[in-house]
Amino acid sequence: MVMKLIKKIYMSLIFLFLYAPILVLVVFSFNESKSRGQWGGFTLKWYAELFRDRDIIKALYYTFLVALLSSIISTIIGTFSAIGIHNMGLFGRKTILNINYLPVLNPDIVTGVALMTLFVSINLRLGFLTMLISHVVFNIPYVILSVLPKLRQMNKHMAEAALDLGATPFTAMKKVIIPEIMPGIITGALMAFTLSIDDFVISFFNTGSGVTNLSIIIYSMAKRGVKPSINALSTLMLITVVILLLLINKRTTKGDELLP
Amino acid sequence: MSKKLIELQNITKSYNGVVAVDNINLSIRENEFITFLGPSGCGKTTTLRMIGGFEEPDEGDIFFDGIRINDLPPYKRNINTVFQRYALFTHMNVYENIAFGLRIKKVPSKEMDKRIKRMLKLVDLEGFEKRHVDSLSGGQQQRVAIARALVNEPKVLLLDEPLAALDLKLRKEMQIELIDMQKNIGITFIYVTHDQEEALTMSDTVVVMNKGVIQQIGTPVDIYNEPKNRFVADFIGESNIIEGIMHEDYLVEFSGKKFKCVDKDFAKNEKVDIVIRPEDIDITTPENGLLEGIVTSVVFKGVHYEMLVESQDYEYMIQSTDMQPVGSEVGLTFNPEDIHVMKG
Repeated sequence: MVMKLIKKIYMSLIFLFLYAPILVLVVFSFNESKSRGQWGGFTLKWYAELFRDRDIIKALYYTFLVALLSSIISTIIGTFSAIGIHNMGLFGRKTILNINYLPVLNPDIVTGVALMTLFVSINLRLGFLTMLISHVVFNIPYVILSVLPKLRQMNKHMAEAALDLGATPFTAMKKVIIPEIMPGIITGALMAFTLSIDDFVISFFNTGSGVTNLSIIIYSMAKRGVKPSINALSTLMLITVVILLLLINKRTTKGDELLP
Repeated sequence: MSKKLIELQNITKSYNGVVAVDNINLSIRENEFITFLGPSGCGKTTTLRMIGGFEEPDEGDIFFDGIRINDLPPYKRNINTVFQRYALFTHMNVYENIAFGLRIKKVPSKEMDKRIKRMLKLVDLEGFEKRHVDSLSGGQQQRVAIARALVNEPKVLLLDEPLAALDLKLRKEMQIELIDMQKNIGITFIYVTHDQEEALTMSDTVVVMNKGVIQQIGTPVDIYNEPKNRFVADFIGESNIIEGIMHEDYLVEFSGKKFKCVDKDFAKNEKVDIVIRPEDIDITTPENGLLEGIVTSVVFKGVHYEMLVESQDYEYMIQSTDMQPVGSEVGLTFNPEDIHVMKG
């Protein structure tokens, strides 16, 4: 009985420790008073202010545009890569999978600086295109990792069954393989979209020419002094990411593991 | 004899230097139920896959209706397959699974519907059209897989261990249903199994394979009664295989005695293997027996007892309804026609 109570208290403390900062952020985004640490009544004015700020609207636009385009492109590349990896011999598959893990485990800052160095060295001007490319790059491994388990679950004769029934290899891919692994593809796309919205470090190093996303805006606003509108903007991003994560979780708890 | 439909000539196939199928020659007739039988790794599935077009032979030629089809892709062959574990399309319902081949061939929807209905009736799955394939039992999935293949009206149906995943009772039922189906629609069935009883029950012709080589081709009765070598005798049913010497036509020696038999055309004093099936040996008193021995084990098998009798130089397995307790001295008798002599 006492043990149970201690366990519960311990768990509550951990959750408090993890979520208190976020909770404070959300609460203060509705604070009438401009000063932090003092509650001046409920307001939505900081949210309203956000949508009057043209820089923020522009950053919002770029954030979603990059997230959408990079998730589409990386899903296409990642899906076909996964199919290729799945059909490789054991040795090739293991090698490629380990190479695939590298960017996942690599610190973002290293990926970010490396990409920037590459872009600069080939004289590509940093801006929208470079940010998009870098997002595609870091998204691909995650798409591969969410599509592969679906391929493994599939009956190994599935493609042959389609060919057997008269489908050309192209039709077999379109009508059988892709639909069979579609749940994995959608999970991968959602994951890529979330990671793209979420990213600060890699975007920070690989953009320029006035193109920014929300994370970068928050960072630069914070440098000029913390305004309550930062809280409001952060809250909105938090809500978006949480919704996406819930969606992904709901999809993956149906018996698939994202990581092999 | 109906005409030859498929011919395999000197087919060889290896994977990474390991020979899977070694110089196979075989012809398959129209309307034949032919079974490739052998232990796993004997090359039976590889042979089937070459006929289906999923593998290309390294050497040799495959002819279908007189035309060489070595490099014809599977989607251009008039052959359909029931795969191991069925490989049904899990994102489609029963109707769409069966319709898949017809939609690709752009069969008009009215005719398509008629053909699918007829198939569902054949495999006894009427009313299951809208069901999701994951919600079906193993036996029902099996039927969908058969319907999905047969609806295309192939000349040949390939079946790769189709009953392996079913329980014994269902397997027996499906065996009978498959035989009926094959007789009714009158097409060639090429069946792969490692289950010798299944092969004997269902086939017109059995092809026994081991290590990529055909050991024997024949009717189930031939294969059982006249096995060509030790492997076939051992693999098909239970058997006593004894080493012996063929003295002259119709006279063979084993276990230290000479016996009359019905085999001939061996070299004088040639070393041979002798097969006597356990059910062909009768137990009698030691004085009346051709051979004597002591019972070392008795197992009750339902229809009969299975006894081991240790004789002078071989432990004979005997299946009989006449039980003798362990330790008793018995005599063994058999008729000349029960002795089958093979080259050693």
